[in-house]
Amino acid sequence: MFRNQYDTDVTTWSPAGRLFQVEYAMEAVKQGSAAIGLRSKTHVVLACVNKASSELSSHQKKIFKVDDHIGVAIAGLTADGRVLSRYMRNECINYSYTYESPLPVGRLVCTQRSWKRPYGVGLLIGGLDESGAHLYYNCPSGNYFEYQAFAIGSRSQAAKTYLERKFETFVDSSRENLIKDALFALRETLQGEKLTSSNCTIAVLGIGEAFSTLDQETVQRLINEFEVVGEDPPAEAAAAPDQSDGAEPGPAAAAADDDDQETPAADQGAAPMDI
Amino acid sequence: MNNLIGSDADSQRTLYPYVTGTSVVGIKYKDGILLAADMGGSYGSTLRYKTVERMKSVGKHSIIGASGEISDFQEIMRYLDELILYDNMWDDGNSFGPKEVHNYLTRVMYNRRNKFNPLWNSLVLGGVKNGQKYLGTVNMIGVHYEDNHVATGFGNHLSRPILRDEWHENLTFEEGVKLLEKCMRVLLYRDRSAVNKLQIAKITEEGVTISQPYSLKTFWNFAAFQNPTVGAEGSW
Repeated sequence: MFRNQYDTDVTTWSPAGRLFQVEYAMEAVKQGSAAIGLRSKTHVVLACVNKASSELSSHQKKIFKVDDHIGVAIAGLTADGRVLSRYMRNECINYSYTYESPLPVGRLVCTQRSWKRPYGVGLLIGGLDESGAHLYYNCPSGNYFEYQAFAIGSRSQAAKTYLERKFETFVDSSRENLIKDALFALRETLQGEKLTSSNCTIAVLGIGEAFSTLDQETVQRLINEFEVVGEDPPAEAAAAPDQSDGAEPGPAAAAADDDDQETPAADQGAAPMDI
Repeated sequence: MNNLIGSDADSQRTLYPYVTGTSVVGIKYKDGILLAADMGGSYGSTLRYKTVERMKSVGKHSIIGASGEISDFQEIMRYLDELILYDNMWDDGNSFGPKEVHNYLTRVMYNRRNKFNPLWNSLVLGGVKNGQKYLGTVNMIGVHYEDNHVATGFGNHLSRPILRDEWHENLTFEEGVKLLEKCMRVLLYRDRSAVNKLQIAKITEEGVTISQPYSLKTFWNFAAFQNPTVGAEGSW
């Protein structure tokens, strides 16, 4: 994707009907470290890779509690992610105050607005409402999708491949198996690097279980369990999937015709937010 | 800032009620909630309007009964209808249950009270959602609570004692109605603003039913009412 004269402003359309600023914002998500979400009928697990910028520093927090029944994992510009988390926490609190009831997740994800520039962060929002557990992905374009499982950030494709193989078993999965699957998927994004409790964070929420982040000891114990047993992921149950695909909309036309200056010809590949 | 107390925007604030409804009584029973209220709208001491519907359904899961200023109840119904409308517009499978509506009303009533411009009502809010029964009340100063049986106005003094003795879980519909009629009969005898034309509203998981208006049988042949002036002469 190269620079062109239609990409300076988020309010300028390209002749092919694309908003390049939004697409560039979505690139920012792809550069961030991986975040993964999976859900069963009763639980949602969020997991992310912790990349510290140096050995001396601590890693950035990428998973946030929004309410007892909603948690969010971010990838991309973490500062933007924090702003959005604060906004979502505010929405939840205001709703709880007025109605003494938890805000349904589906109503939270559609109230995102873009201001001067798109937020350069992708949000994986896990939440519980009357109809069970939900996982949504909110992207900088403002679109949101519901998923059985999803991964975002750098090297997320490896995790997605794993999730695509296993997602049919997630619906009826137990809490423990769901967490193990999250760890397996996370390991895929590390491409050979060893998975330890110091380079990942796991958070769980479910029916009867408020959102919480697992402590390092528990995570390390779970990792040790499957390292000892062997490579095989937990046993699969045959369950029909009832949710949308685990695949992200196809990548933007990276190598396509991005020089929109002379020819208003259509770009190869659809713009990401068109799907 | 034109709502300061004592300014000439006083004509905009509610100072006294004009057309009022009297008690509402509500109980939980086996399958849901039962509410009873008469159909009177008093204009001071005159029993002026005799077909005022003081109970209405709110969305799929709740009913509201109001006592106090009738025009304020109509205003509250407009707020609630709008609330339910926006809730339905989400079209996402979620819907406000009685708990949410009760709390919303509490916020509205309390906020109006803080601005010295109350909605002059005492409300009963009941409903069933996902098998959970809910019965609560909120009044013009924002006091709110839930219980197995609630009442407004005179109902608190005359009906609640009866209910404290005779209410139990698993009342059948017939038992519930009989109990409510007992409460309403006492109110009819003793509350001067009561009229003998009432409705019973029922809400269960299936939905809301508000009965047609009917009257209670009364008995006036008590010994104390015969020759009421006996012993009056000379006494003061």
